[in-house]
Amino acid sequence: MVGSGRQLGGSRLVTAATEALTDPALEAAVATPEFELANIRQRKRRGLLIALPAYIYLLIFFAVPLITVIIYSFATRNRFGGADLNNWNIDSYRELGDDLIRTILLRSAGLAILTTIICLLISYPFAYYMATRSEKVRNLMLVFVMIPFWTNFLVRNYAWYVILGTDGPFSQFTEFIGFGPTRVLFTQVAVVLGLVYGFLPFMILPLYASIERIDGRLIEASRDLYANGWQAFRNVLWPLSLPGVVAGSILVFIPSLGAYVTPHILGGTKGTLLGSYIVTQFLTARNLPFGAAMSTVLMIIMLAATILYFRKGGRTL
Amino acid sequence: MTGITEPRGMTKASLRGISWLVYVFFYAPILVLIIFSFSDNRNVGVWGGFTTSWYADFAQDSKLTGALSNSLQIAVVATLISVVLGTMAALALERFSFRGKQVFDALLYLPVIIPDVTMAVMLLLFFTQAAKWFGFSKGFSTIALSHIAFCISFVSIVVRARLAGMDDKLEEAAMDLYASRWQAFRYVTLPLIMPGILGGALLAMTLSLDDVVITQFVTGAGWSTLPVYVFSLIRKGVTPLINAVSVVMLVASMVLVALSLLTQRLRGDDPA
Repeated sequence: MVGSGRQLGGSRLVTAATEALTDPALEAAVATPEFELANIRQRKRRGLLIALPAYIYLLIFFAVPLITVIIYSFATRNRFGGADLNNWNIDSYRELGDDLIRTILLRSAGLAILTTIICLLISYPFAYYMATRSEKVRNLMLVFVMIPFWTNFLVRNYAWYVILGTDGPFSQFTEFIGFGPTRVLFTQVAVVLGLVYGFLPFMILPLYASIERIDGRLIEASRDLYANGWQAFRNVLWPLSLPGVVAGSILVFIPSLGAYVTPHILGGTKGTLLGSYIVTQFLTARNLPFGAAMSTVLMIIMLAATILYFRKGGRTL
Repeated sequence: MTGITEPRGMTKASLRGISWLVYVFFYAPILVLIIFSFSDNRNVGVWGGFTTSWYADFAQDSKLTGALSNSLQIAVVATLISVVLGTMAALALERFSFRGKQVFDALLYLPVIIPDVTMAVMLLLFFTQAAKWFGFSKGFSTIALSHIAFCISFVSIVVRARLAGMDDKLEEAAMDLYASRWQAFRYVTLPLIMPGILGGALLAMTLSLDDVVITQFVTGAGWSTLPVYVFSLIRKGVTPLINAVSVVMLVASMVLVALSLLTQRLRGDDPA
């Protein structure tokens, strides 16, 4: 093996030397376009081959299911709680105009917007402060944001159930400071709290990523030109951090809109939200086409938001 | 480029204060849950003296331990398969250009941003239809297949980040030194991206172990993972036993995440 290698090496060296000696025009003729093209074609084939297993997997277990939902949304509900695939119509989309559905959609959108705003208000100063720290501190701060980010979502919501419940720690605290016992659990307040708690890292991470990239001298320059703190923020920092604001807002808004676990644990029986309502259509009410139509709408909102996100030049996460 | 300079005086103090409060907000509820899992009181949020009996109850509850074992089996299968597929996807996207690359990239990205509920609905309808046609029962296989579908994306994101930070000249150099394509991958690229692969694997495992919504939709009768079972228990009414089970899931999840973050930061083995 070694011998053949050296031999090969020798002939390669000779080729290289000859190549170096030949004049560039001639060399161009040697590297024929056909050869180059064949090479590129082979590389492309190899790339596709490596991607293929995951590609096929996602086509079967993601793209096909996605199309299935869209197909079902045009089907008709049958008596057995299934869907009749032979009778196509857009009735399920018409049903979306119902007063009840509109209330649910507006309520969910309202809560999701509220969650997004609260997350933004908390995250901005935090992300800004993080960006001003030394690299070592910054990385440490980042890790301690990432840990809750990936940690069991169900359990993190359940923790608030324990805290906010009757006679729970929060109620005892308010009683202790003289407000009397409170019952926050099973209200919209608890739901927003749970959502903020769950999705706060989604806001912090892209915000931090965009603030961290800002050239600090721009802010200094604005201060040198007699901008006060507010003006420097409003006219320099804020516009420059906008991609992060947009990215974070989308990343918080979308899962809040489709939230199911949080309202189920922390919310009451009143005030159904979109995510829970979709689930009900599938698991209890058995109105598959209608549930499918609502899911499709949720997906379209998500896609629109994602396209907006990429338009704004977002690239974090 | 210079970073942002530190604010002074009051601003700095208040920013520091807010940052500490954010961490308190993140970790205090977790701490409270851990404390109350040791409380000897039927009410989940009231302290009643120290006990470890809830953990003992967990260990003796065959339904809970059965669900835990299901969770672990699924997590292992989902992790192994998604790591292989996700790593290959990352390599293809980061190192090659091919027809349909953009579509593939988008397809790989969607499971990350799509809301849980939507993905759950998709897979439910798909598997219901497929079960009708091919006649299989929902349970282990459908859950594992669904978990792989979202884990591939997360693995490939983590591995891609690692590949992007790696100089592909190293691989070229190996091939100039007469390593075959496979040898160059096996002895140069693979050891360098190993921390990314391990980090991705741990992340996939965490996501698989934690998933509630999708699993609840694609599971069959009588088959449940630990989070799905706990979720159904919470809706029926809580006992401190749930606190104990939650703490176990929480600690497992946090340890896996911390390990994942740690391995992603490793330098990687020296190619040897």
